[in-house]
Amino acid sequence: MQIDRRLISHFDWPLFLLCLAFIAVSVMTIYSANFDLDTGHAGALPARQVTWFGLGLVAMFIALSFDYHYIDRLAYPFYGMMLVLLVLVMLIGHSGGGSQRWINLGFFRLQPSEPAKLAIVLVMAKYFQPDESARGYYLRDLWVPFLIVSPLIILTLIQPDLGTAIILGIVFISMILMGGLRVRSFALLVGAGLAFLPVFWHFLRPYQQNRVLTFLDPNRDPLGAGYHVIQSQIAIGSGRVFGKGFLHGTQNRLDFLPAQHTDFIFAVFSEEWGFLGCAVLLLLYLILIAYCIRLVQRAKDRFGALLVFGMVAIVFWHVVINVGMVSGLMPVVGVPLPLVSYGGSALASMMFAMGVIMNVSMRRYVF
Amino acid sequence: MAALAQINKQDGAPELRRRARVLYAILALAFLGLVSRLAFLQIVAGERYTFLSENNRVRIKRVAGTRGMIFDRQGQLLVDSRPSFDLIFVPEDSSDPQNTLRLLARYLKRDEKELLKIFEEGKSRAAFDEMVLGRDVDWSEVVAVETHQLDLPGVTLRVRPRRSYADGPMAAHVLGYLGEINPRQLKTLKERGYVIGDEIGQYGLERRWEEILRGQSGGQQVEVDALGRRMRVLHEVTDVPGYTVHLTIDRELQAAAYEALKGKEGTLVAIDVGSGAILALASTPAFDPNVFARGIKSEEWNGLIKDQLRPLSNRATQGQYPPGSTFKIIMAIAALEEGVVQPEGHIQDPGFFFFGNRQFRDWKKGGHGAVNLHRAIVESCDTYFYQLGPKLGVDRIAKWARAFGLGEKTGIALDDERSGTIPDTEWKRKRYRQPWFPGETISVAIGQGYVTVTPLQLANMMAAVANGGKLYRPYLVSKVESLDGATVREYGSELIRTIEMKPDTINRVKRALADVVQGPGGTGGAARSTQIPIAGKTGTAQVIEMKGAYLKSEQLSYFNRDHAWFVSYAPVEKPQIAIAVLVEHGGHGGEAAAPMAKKVFEKFMELQKPAAQNQQVSADGDIRAN
Repeated sequence: MQIDRRLISHFDWPLFLLCLAFIAVSVMTIYSANFDLDTGHAGALPARQVTWFGLGLVAMFIALSFDYHYIDRLAYPFYGMMLVLLVLVMLIGHSGGGSQRWINLGFFRLQPSEPAKLAIVLVMAKYFQPDESARGYYLRDLWVPFLIVSPLIILTLIQPDLGTAIILGIVFISMILMGGLRVRSFALLVGAGLAFLPVFWHFLRPYQQNRVLTFLDPNRDPLGAGYHVIQSQIAIGSGRVFGKGFLHGTQNRLDFLPAQHTDFIFAVFSEEWGFLGCAVLLLLYLILIAYCIRLVQRAKDRFGALLVFGMVAIVFWHVVINVGMVSGLMPVVGVPLPLVSYGGSALASMMFAMGVIMNVSMRRYVF
Repeated sequence: MAALAQINKQDGAPELRRRARVLYAILALAFLGLVSRLAFLQIVAGERYTFLSENNRVRIKRVAGTRGMIFDRQGQLLVDSRPSFDLIFVPEDSSDPQNTLRLLARYLKRDEKELLKIFEEGKSRAAFDEMVLGRDVDWSEVVAVETHQLDLPGVTLRVRPRRSYADGPMAAHVLGYLGEINPRQLKTLKERGYVIGDEIGQYGLERRWEEILRGQSGGQQVEVDALGRRMRVLHEVTDVPGYTVHLTIDRELQAAAYEALKGKEGTLVAIDVGSGAILALASTPAFDPNVFARGIKSEEWNGLIKDQLRPLSNRATQGQYPPGSTFKIIMAIAALEEGVVQPEGHIQDPGFFFFGNRQFRDWKKGGHGAVNLHRAIVESCDTYFYQLGPKLGVDRIAKWARAFGLGEKTGIALDDERSGTIPDTEWKRKRYRQPWFPGETISVAIGQGYVTVTPLQLANMMAAVANGGKLYRPYLVSKVESLDGATVREYGSELIRTIEMKPDTINRVKRALADVVQGPGGTGGAARSTQIPIAGKTGTAQVIEMKGAYLKSEQLSYFNRDHAWFVSYAPVEKPQIAIAVLVEHGGHGGEAAAPMAKKVFEKFMELQKPAAQNQQVSADGDIRAN
């Protein structure tokens, strides 16, 4: 298929430039998080993140190169592939930090739970693209989507990766609400969910139960997760209004922060750039998300609108949960800060998501 | 393309447009929440957090849960944890670490070079990491540090429970020892809350019962000042002590067993014949678990693992030896049960047995003369059992040996137990891809050849003989209690199998075993006691095959000398306790091993008397309680 000349003129520059801005913040903060005052080096990670960014660019351009309506055909194969990968992780996966999440590809350790987040959006957009009836969807109309999504969530819970499982669930719920689930049915769903909580609780391992409880009350584990939250809050708070300056974060420097270049990278950033820096970074996310909601409204059709919505829902929930977690508003679950946290699978998946949004954006003019 | 055209409706998505408006509101609200939180942390509380980050800081002081105690069957303390003080130094808290250490050396009257050396070695770690300057420092040093606290920024004391084994090496192989968690264990146990530097059971009961004994560690999240002194406790988690474990081991009997074995390499196992409860299990040479508790030095560890006499090996469960003549008990039972022998019929023993053209010698030059089954056991006549071998065949011998638990792990709750070997035709085909040669059965008949057993298996076999055929699983722990004395779990006897035998069989064998010790000409006369009637069987396990001359053990080099066995039970009527003794390279079983068993039996008798009175009292107590 040839790319229409008009398409190039409709390339979504604002979205692309926003992505570049996040990558800049990402590499800079990863550099700082790993910078060693004694040696003056930051190790291999910043350069590697640039490599992942290159990989992400390829993913992005693949995602926008073909008409997004082909996704309609690709959704289920993609979903099937994710299922296979998640099962593979269980069988031959690499473990780290007490859970088994990676597949070793030699040059790259793939974390399939990251692209799995995209799979949910693709299959749900496909499922909900026909016009909804005026009465909306009842829960009984949605048993197919539930059936599609549950294996993904169960497989990530087995790893165990509570953070990703929560994201998968919350994105799924966002999609069915946007797709037309009746508000009353949604309330019923929440009620049923609460009722099933004790059963679900039973299946969690003791340390997971502990983490959930610690989430709800960090003081329960002041020597473990609670300690991380405290240290993270000290890092953020001590940044005050203007921050300590690039490479001058002491909490980070002294290794008080856990996972400083991945899930807790926002704390490193806040310590060095202060409230102003945080405000700017959050503003960038706000602009990105609002811009995409605007795209939802202006998309040419329901399928495109749902794709954009799903992808931006992923971004939104990641930001809210990650920043909420490091600032002590929410329990500590392993969720990366989109486009900023270190990690090849997460970055490439997120850029693929951006590519899908740009795809819909470019083609809203083409008839 | 037709499919695409169908999807390509141009009217957009009106419902979604409507819902998207709500999204703006949700977005605004969520971000407002996040920004408010950041504003609170960074603007409102910024000063306090800056203070915490600069003056550093919040620290974690961990307190390991006090490990559970271990008692013997009479309630005597075997293992305890007592508080000890570690001397800790946090270089970050001292403006001039070298100077602080020099001062510290003066107060403690220690060599300052030694302290500075520890400091230099630990320098590569992060500055706020704790450095252990000394473990279990003595009281005068504790006082010195406390008194001069102000001059010693960064120096603190940490209370740590230290394991203490009341009787040192006496029951070392049963109790085991603790060691620092190794990286491989840490990887798998991280989820259970273990951290670097934690102690974990590495051997014996300490290892097998780790989860029960461990308890839960606690600690404090404290804010410390610039000198590293704690200003206030922000959060605290109280540690939970581990459960108390009660053993079936009797400390006095264990002491007697260890005393008897001292200076020899060997092992003694005593089992309650009615339940399988282990009353004593000693293995020598032993090691002192207290050395591990204080932190074993690498040269001490190397000394233990390189020692030719293998002090870390539990000979009772891990030593595999030929049973020698003790195996004749199995042979006699098998022959009687399979009906291949006339027990009262005599055979003539010229002192050797011919099978084909090969001659098998009796241990007694010139032979035993006319012997029946009874005399053959009492005098341990090899020739008699040689001729039983081909009559039974190796497979029927193996069947009866296995019935008594030989050749299989007993399942005692200690790690790395060995199974020994009971050969048969099937085994040999698998192992060597060769048929069984009938001549090999002759060696098996007197417990040599491929046959190996562990001393624990023989003790358990004797218990089954004594109680008439009930094979129990040997066990060490009778009860687990919480600190307040409530019973958490109780363990009792577990029957592995009942061995069906004719009463005549067991009675004949038991009469013969009694005469081994009590009767004239018995090989176990050295075990004869005036205080308790003992029944048993001696054994001498050849380490090398002796060709030609009848050599005395003393004439052989030490590591070629025979192992001495004595397996036994007492009292002869209504047996209560079974004992197996093995003395490595001890020579003849009747001389080396039997007297050791006798000492432990007599100790058992001595302990029984007051216990019987106690039982009376407690029985009355029960009635009153009801």
